[in-house]
Amino acid sequence: MLAAIGVGSLAEIFERQIPESVRLGRELDLPTGLGEQDVYEHLRSLAARNTSTEDELSFLGAGMYDHYVPALIDMLMERSEFLTPYTPYQPEISQGGLQVMFEYQTAICELTGLPVSNASVYEGPSAVAAAAYLAKLHNGARRIVASAGLHPHSLQTLRTNAHGFGMEVVEVPLREGVTDADAWAAAIDDNTSASIFAQPNFYGAIEDADALSAAAKASTWGPSPIGNGGSGARPPVGGAGPVGGANPVVIAQVDPITLGILRPPGECGVDVAVGEGQSLGNRLDFGGPSFGLFAAREEYLRRMPGRIAGETVDVDGRRGFVLTLQTREQHIRREKATSNICTSQALNALAGVVYLSWLGRRGIVELGELLLARTHYARERLAALAGVEKLHEQPVIREFALHLDADVAAVKRRCASQGVNPGVDVHALSGREDDRGVLLVAITERRTRAHIDRLADVLGAAIAAERGAAVAA
Amino acid sequence: MSPIDEGHLHDDLNPRPPLEAHHPQAHPASAGATPLQRDAALTIFQKGAPGRRAFVCPDLDVPPVDVSQLLPECFRRAQPPRLPEVSEPEIVRHYVGISKRNFDLDSGFYPLGSCTMKHNPRLHERVAALPGHARLHPLQDPERAQGALELMWNLQGALAELSGLGNVSLQPSAGSHGELAGVLLTRAYHEDRGESRHKVLTPDTAHGTNPATVTMAGYEVVKLATNADGGIDIEDLRSKADTDVACLMLTNPNTLGLFDPNISQIAEIVHGVGATLYYDGANLNAIMGLSRPGDMGFDIVHFNLHKSFTQPHGGGGPGSGPIAVSDRVAPFLPVPVVVQRDDASFDLDYGTGRAGSKSIGRLRGFHGNYGCFVRSYAYIRSLGGDGLKDASQVAVLNANYLLARLKEHGVAEYLPLAYGDLCMHEFVLSGGPMRRELQIKTLDLAKRLLDFGFHPPTVYFPLLVDEALMVEPTETETRETLDAFADVIAAILKEAAADPEIARGAPYTTPVRRLDEVAAAKRPVIRQALV
Repeated sequence: MLAAIGVGSLAEIFERQIPESVRLGRELDLPTGLGEQDVYEHLRSLAARNTSTEDELSFLGAGMYDHYVPALIDMLMERSEFLTPYTPYQPEISQGGLQVMFEYQTAICELTGLPVSNASVYEGPSAVAAAAYLAKLHNGARRIVASAGLHPHSLQTLRTNAHGFGMEVVEVPLREGVTDADAWAAAIDDNTSASIFAQPNFYGAIEDADALSAAAKASTWGPSPIGNGGSGARPPVGGAGPVGGANPVVIAQVDPITLGILRPPGECGVDVAVGEGQSLGNRLDFGGPSFGLFAAREEYLRRMPGRIAGETVDVDGRRGFVLTLQTREQHIRREKATSNICTSQALNALAGVVYLSWLGRRGIVELGELLLARTHYARERLAALAGVEKLHEQPVIREFALHLDADVAAVKRRCASQGVNPGVDVHALSGREDDRGVLLVAITERRTRAHIDRLADVLGAAIAAERGAAVAA
Repeated sequence: MSPIDEGHLHDDLNPRPPLEAHHPQAHPASAGATPLQRDAALTIFQKGAPGRRAFVCPDLDVPPVDVSQLLPECFRRAQPPRLPEVSEPEIVRHYVGISKRNFDLDSGFYPLGSCTMKHNPRLHERVAALPGHARLHPLQDPERAQGALELMWNLQGALAELSGLGNVSLQPSAGSHGELAGVLLTRAYHEDRGESRHKVLTPDTAHGTNPATVTMAGYEVVKLATNADGGIDIEDLRSKADTDVACLMLTNPNTLGLFDPNISQIAEIVHGVGATLYYDGANLNAIMGLSRPGDMGFDIVHFNLHKSFTQPHGGGGPGSGPIAVSDRVAPFLPVPVVVQRDDASFDLDYGTGRAGSKSIGRLRGFHGNYGCFVRSYAYIRSLGGDGLKDASQVAVLNANYLLARLKEHGVAEYLPLAYGDLCMHEFVLSGGPMRRELQIKTLDLAKRLLDFGFHPPTVYFPLLVDEALMVEPTETETRETLDAFADVIAAILKEAAADPEIARGAPYTTPVRRLDEVAAAKRPVIRQALV
């Protein structure tokens, strides 16, 4: 091979190209390589030092949930044909992946009640930020009004990104567990680009999505700039002051698994629905990879981020699928692209659409009703314990917040010694003072009545012991 | 994959062949147009029957509830979503069936430039699926996720060593997300110094994600010209580098597959005006263990774990885009990062008191794509330091060997190398002469390659090369495969000299043939109509 290249040695190829001053000139300070079996043992020993949801009775949620993942998803995701291709740049040999995207988009549109969906973005919180960027491109206004009921990670991600977008984030507090309607309406003004809430919100409460959407739309005046959508003209960005009656884009962060029983955002006046897709057939993986869903009203189609698969025909008239509306994307539009996203989460979105097919039209409703019933049971059971109160009285579907009259971290440690993880210490997650004493408990179909009863026993004992210890101290 | 017999090929293709004549050269996984693959495409929503299902809901083991009481009517969905009604066997047949309409890395050569389509060892899937990794909740208490945090710590350390930059965040979800992190870090760095800068420089050879990221992070893009050797035009850089420039984003080796010999001078100019130097790590596979971005003067680098570190690409993700930065940029890193405490345990660090932290904050939920970390960490431990260096050396050897084969008579006069002489891990050919002399475009060549079971190289990028064809073979391909690919390129060119219509009408053996992308974009149909 060296002779064909016309060099005397492998080193010569590098010496002729990389200046000596920037050659490493030593070996990498990394461990030497291991055989397959040894790597397996090393990774297995690391895994053994983690307490997974298989190793304890876990009620952790707050954005990722221990739902059952059917075996056929493992099998399909490991197929070479889905696992190992790149993004489908050559549609003639990528019809499988493109059709999966098309089916995924169909499922997301149907779940959300919105007419357009892309083929996935990274995950939940960054999807919220991506939606805010769409709003900026749409109306050029600078203010983002966000409910404090958004996941803390969504709020933090939004702030990080908004700083780059040249936008400010105004947070609207909660009242009785849901977005304070008066503060929400008051916060939205002519310079509001996007108004964002979560459904259900971070504390498990079902928001009045219709009222929040209507209030956002009613807060501004003047003609909507929507007619300009898709013209390709850049809206004013980063300008001073109001742009004149821009309707804020109403964005909801939704939980797709609740949408079998919860009114879809598209029927509640929501313009853009985003969300974390992990609940749909994706494993926990310590937080990723999963996928972010992103659906919207038609007028936002040409400002959507990410890949979109579209239907067409080939030269012989056969039905086929292609990546479409690529003039939105970075590889074509470069600095004028609607997003910088390139690689997203195709394989995870495949798991999502397979999961939804597995659940099916009836299953997603039955599952939702089961979660509703078990969550109600758990909430009442736990709220009856001494030293425990509901954080709010709003309806919930599969997660709820409690206030403990004891240190949550200490209570969790006591429960852990009994093999129970009672939920998320919200203060540790959010850092908000108001969240001290708040425990967020998630119920999936994997948690039975017997599990919930055991949680009640262990949590009740832990709180009693902790309060006793506090009194003694 | 066996080399193509040119004579046989020529017999088959001349005159204009019926489709079936292509079988001997067809996609090995497809054996041409099998009935399955040429079936009319029906979506899962068009299959099944009312009432059919796969899911069996667990029993209601708690007291029955009145749904309308727990969830008031106004919040409830009126009609079930029209999801498919299919049984498990139907789901499996459907998805296995459409999977066979995909070409994939396990089936054949995939020399897609800038994408580093190297083999994905199956061990990685096995270890990532261990319940201790796959079923670990991200909010598990750190003391009971020590294995995961140690893995992340070790991966941070390895990436720091490979890049020569000591401060790592694993959080970004993909390369472009890492770029966004890097530009936001640049913004935070300048703002912390009380400076307001407005421009970011990107070469005209840059990946599209670079300028797109710059806009999203609120900067103006200023393009830099490429010199005759394929590197940065130093004079152009000098004239544009001023104190309003926040950053220069660079790929080195660049998208022409060339290592910029002036890199130290470039770094000096950029640092001279107080700007940061950003390294797009898409091409890291060329230099692992050979040269390090930190030693070249870069402040920020992103890695693509789904390229250099063989996280499978999944047909468009998931990826993972960790970043490593110099000490001066370190205070602004996204949170959380994994740290090792004095007692040797591992923890997630959110910065010194959230209020006082200079961190840019979060870029996403939780800690990043851990499942990708497991695979890439397994890869790094399998290869070790010397193995990673070997990987880069062989990647560069393979690229230069394939380039040498394509410089042979019969190819080079139609597909000359656009810049340079040798290359790093990839190279860019220009299809300009081919278009002029053989009347086929790079697109036609790419489509004709599909009939021979090869994924085409990246086409029409970088933009400054006429009819560009960007080839990255990677280190995991054999010499036989490289030879077979070179032979097929030569054969297609020869075939085009005889009859350009064949390539122009290609492909013939794929599940569908050329698709009408214009119609798809004009009247977008992006979901199945449901009844």
